[in-house]
Amino acid sequence: MAGLVTRLGARSVDFIEELGRTSIFAGRVAFAALRPPLRLQRFVDEVFYLGVLSLVIICVSGLAVGAVLGLQGYNTLERFGATDSLGTVVGLSLIRELGPVLTALLTTGRAGSATTAEIGTMVATEQLDGLRMMSIDPMHYVVMPKALAMIFVMPLLSALFIVFGIWGGYLIGTYWGVDPGSYVTGLESSVTFRDDIVGSMLKAVIFGVLVGIISTYRGYTSAPTSQGVSAATTTTVVEASVSILIFDYFITALWGI
Amino acid sequence: MRPNQTRDTAVGLFVLAGLAAIAYLSFQLGGVEIPGDKTIRIYANFDEIGGLKTRAPVVISGVHVGKVHEINLADDYRARVAIDVAANLELPVDSSASIVTSGVLGDRYISIQLGGEDMFLEDGEDIEFVESAVVLERLIGQLIHNTNVESDD
Repeated sequence: MAGLVTRLGARSVDFIEELGRTSIFAGRVAFAALRPPLRLQRFVDEVFYLGVLSLVIICVSGLAVGAVLGLQGYNTLERFGATDSLGTVVGLSLIRELGPVLTALLTTGRAGSATTAEIGTMVATEQLDGLRMMSIDPMHYVVMPKALAMIFVMPLLSALFIVFGIWGGYLIGTYWGVDPGSYVTGLESSVTFRDDIVGSMLKAVIFGVLVGIISTYRGYTSAPTSQGVSAATTTTVVEASVSILIFDYFITALWGI
Repeated sequence: MRPNQTRDTAVGLFVLAGLAAIAYLSFQLGGVEIPGDKTIRIYANFDEIGGLKTRAPVVISGVHVGKVHEINLADDYRARVAIDVAANLELPVDSSASIVTSGVLGDRYISIQLGGEDMFLEDGEDIEFVESAVVLERLIGQLIHNTNVESDD
């Protein structure tokens, strides 16, 4: 029994230490971002890998999620004769929750895991040490552009996801006979800039910070073996997904959306 | 030509598309007003607005012509509703505004019936004739009350 309590205590201390190490790492990334040179070309390259190459999965998922929301919403609203509210239902669900959260989860799976694997492999093959030998700080050259690009692309991807979702709901809704005018009017009169749009973008940026920091930290600290890299990649996906969902609750509660 | 120019172009297009999506969400759906949009603001005082909300549509003959900008409580404790309508509309001064509902449980909106005067409403003026929202519960309450009174006789 006492052993169990001790183990629980040890796990808690480990968890808090890990949290502290991640925060220090985030601080080092932020500090690196302030230090010249700018590394603009590295940043643009990372925006390409993390953002542009995620476009297809984001747009297709957005369209599918919007379509299924339109179908489910239509079937439910039809019972109350309120199918005119379909635009409101689809739009608000996407803007407030599904857009930022699903985009972040998809990006974690597609781009976050790749980031960890890439940095992890560089650790395992001593490429980061090679950079240090040439007196290039890998924190500045490898980690910082990746983390910043993740923070930058997340709101853009989320907005595209939402627009494609609204479009998907529109296609399905109008196919089932919802008036296109009332779909759009419902959206326009129920969405507010401060509560919905700003809140949604804020969520996306915070999720971008989470995924960016977690994926680079896990790669940077992965054990220099093939097992270590694969374990780090798994940890990235698990930690990022769970923290996105937990943070989502608290942002919603604090922002009041 | 730099080797990764195509990639830079792709990134540029991606950023533009993302910004366009954010702009669409903010301006079209979020209702952020672009300065220079030609509207005039008129006011109407109602005794009861029911569930009217800001940004509710304003219609003439069922056609969308503007939206509710703001709802405040006036000094005389009536609801003062600020309405933005397109500036090119010529609304006679004796026009009337009424709060109506789309469907039985639908959203409230404002319908404007045109008057016959030659003078037109200017920016910042009040609509004199108003018709308040009908509160369904109150109507039902009155109906029950009346039925009870009659059965007592």
